[in-house]
Amino acid sequence: MEDTRISKLNSFFSPQQGTLFAVLGIFVIYPFAANNYYIDVAFFFGIYALLGLSLNIVLGEVGLFDLGHAGFYAIGAYTTAILNTKFGVPILVLLPVSAIAAALFAYLVCSPIIHLRGDYLCIVTIGMGEIVRLSLINNPFDLTGGPNGVFGIDFPSLGSFFVIDSSIEYYFFIWIVVGFSILALIRLQNSRIGRAWNCIREDEVAANANGINVRHYKLLAFVLGAAMAGIAGNIYASKLMCVSPESFSFMESCLMFCIVLIGGMGSIPGVIIGAAVISLFPEIFRPFAMYRMLIFGTVMILMMMFRPGGAWPRRRGGADIKSVLNTWRKNG
Amino acid sequence: MAEADLRTTDRAILETRKLTKVFGGLTAVNNFDSQVREGEICSLIGPNGAGKTTVFNVVTGIYKPENGSVVFNGKDITGQKPHQIVSGGIARTFQNIRLFPNMTCLENIMAGQHCRGSAGMWGSIFRTSRQKKEERHIREVAEARIHQVGLWESRDELAKNIAYGSQRMLEIARALATEPGLLALDEPSSGLNPSETEELMVFLKSLVKENFSIFLIEHDMNVVMGISDWVIVMDEGARIAEGRPETVYNNPKVIEAYLGYDDDQQVNGES
Repeated sequence: MEDTRISKLNSFFSPQQGTLFAVLGIFVIYPFAANNYYIDVAFFFGIYALLGLSLNIVLGEVGLFDLGHAGFYAIGAYTTAILNTKFGVPILVLLPVSAIAAALFAYLVCSPIIHLRGDYLCIVTIGMGEIVRLSLINNPFDLTGGPNGVFGIDFPSLGSFFVIDSSIEYYFFIWIVVGFSILALIRLQNSRIGRAWNCIREDEVAANANGINVRHYKLLAFVLGAAMAGIAGNIYASKLMCVSPESFSFMESCLMFCIVLIGGMGSIPGVIIGAAVISLFPEIFRPFAMYRMLIFGTVMILMMMFRPGGAWPRRRGGADIKSVLNTWRKNG
Repeated sequence: MAEADLRTTDRAILETRKLTKVFGGLTAVNNFDSQVREGEICSLIGPNGAGKTTVFNVVTGIYKPENGSVVFNGKDITGQKPHQIVSGGIARTFQNIRLFPNMTCLENIMAGQHCRGSAGMWGSIFRTSRQKKEERHIREVAEARIHQVGLWESRDELAKNIAYGSQRMLEIARALATEPGLLALDEPSSGLNPSETEELMVFLKSLVKENFSIFLIEHDMNVVMGISDWVIVMDEGARIAEGRPETVYNNPKVIEAYLGYDDDQQVNGES
C-alpha cells in the first residue's frame, strides 16, 4: 500500500515539479529580458499576488467576506511611511513592524465583529476599510499628511552596500517575499490549522460541534491576513517612496476580492493567476481605457455564471462562491 | 424507582439537573432531569416538538439553559462553549447531517481529531518535529476510524459525493475521532433503509463494547427497543417516563403522549 502511494505521488509530482522549475526559470530570466517598465509591471503583479494571498486566507480558506482589506494594507504602508520619515527607522526593520501593526489593528478591530455572519461581516469590513482611509485623509496628530500623504520614504537597505533601489532589485525583493509566503501558506493548508479554517468555511456549526474554536481561528485568519497585507504595504511604500490615501480606496479592496474569486477560493496557484489578470489587465487594455471597467465587469459576471470555482480551483478542499453563499443560508 | 436498580452501572456519565430552556414564551425544556450511565445506550424519545433536540443542544453547549445544570463525569459543564465541551469528551452528530461537504472523507474525520492536537501556526509553518509527529498521529487515528465504519475505499472522495447512508456513518466516525466518552447521536437512523439501519444497530452495539456511552435521540422504535439499555420519554419539555425499553413501551402515559388520549376512558374512569 505504501509503495503504490509513493509511486502515485511520484507520477503526480514530476510533471508538476517540471512546471514549477519552468515557472521559476521564467521568473529569474524575465527581468533581464524586459525593460524597466515591464519589470515594474511584474513588481506590481507581485504586490497584488501578496495582497491576494493575504485576502485568500480570510476569504478563500475561512470563507469570511472581507471587503476592507485595503485598510490593513494602508496600516502597513503608513506605519512604514511615518516611522521612516519621522523617526528614520530603516525600511527593512519596519517590514516586521508593519506586519505586527496591521495584525494588531486587525485583532483589535475584528475581535468585536468576528461573530457576525456572511453579509453582515462584509458590510462591517467595508466600513472599517473606509474609516481607515478617511482617518488618513483627516490627518490625525499631523502624522499622515492628509490627502497629500507622506513622501520621502527611504529605500530598503542593509548598511550602505546592500541597497534595494532599482526596479530589478525590487522585483526580486517582492517575489522572494511572495515565494516564502506561498511556502508558508502551503504548509498551513496541509496542517491542523488549515483544516480547521476549511471546516469553518464549510459548516461553522459543525466545526464548533467538533471541537474547533471558531472564534479563535477566524481571528487568526484575519490577523495573519492583515500581517501579510501589512508587509505588502511596507514594500509598496518603499517602492513608490510616497503613500497617499487614494491608493487604499474601496476599489483596491474590490480588486483583491476579485483576485481571489477569479483564481479560485482557497487555491494558491489560482490567486497568482488572479493577481496576474488584475495587474496585467489595465496594461493590455490601455488603448481602450474608457471601456476597461465595462469589460472587467462583464468578465466577472461571466466568471460567476460559468466558472464559480475560479480559473484554477483547489484540487481538493476548494470551494466555489456558490457553496459559500449557501452556507450563509444554512447557518441562518 | 426500583427500576433504577436494573441499570447497568450506578455511575452516571452525564446528568442533567432541573434543566430549563425557554424560547420567548415557549418552555422547550422544563425542569428536565436525566442520567446517562457509563457504558449504556440511553435513548431519548418523545413525539415531535417534545424538546429532545433542545436537550442535546443544551448539553453540547449550543444553547445556554435558563436554569439547571449539566454534569459530565462529575464536572459541571453548564454554559461551556461547544468546543470546550467536545474537548471535555462529549461528541455529537446532527439530525440533518452536517459534514464538511467540500473536504474529503478522511479530512472530515481528521477534523474530529483537531481538539486533541496542539500544533500552532508557527509549528505548522516550520514543520517542527512535534508537529509532524502529531500530524502523523491525527492521520493514523482518522484512518483507523474510516476503516471502522467501512469507508476506507472512499477516503479521498469529497464528503458531498458519497451516499447518504455513508454520510451518516462518516458523521459518526468524525464524532468518534474526537475521542469522546459520550456520543450524542441525534436520530442516526433517519433516512436509512432497513438494512442500513440494521448495520447501524450492530455498529452502535459494538461501540458500547469499546467503552463509549451513547445518548440517542431516535424515532425508529425498532432501533430504540433493539439496542437501548434505558429509555427516557419526553413530552412538552418534561420527562414523563423512563425505564427499560419493554416497560416504557407498555407505559400508558407514553402511549398517551404518542397517540393522544382517549376521552371515553377518562369519562368511564377505566384508565
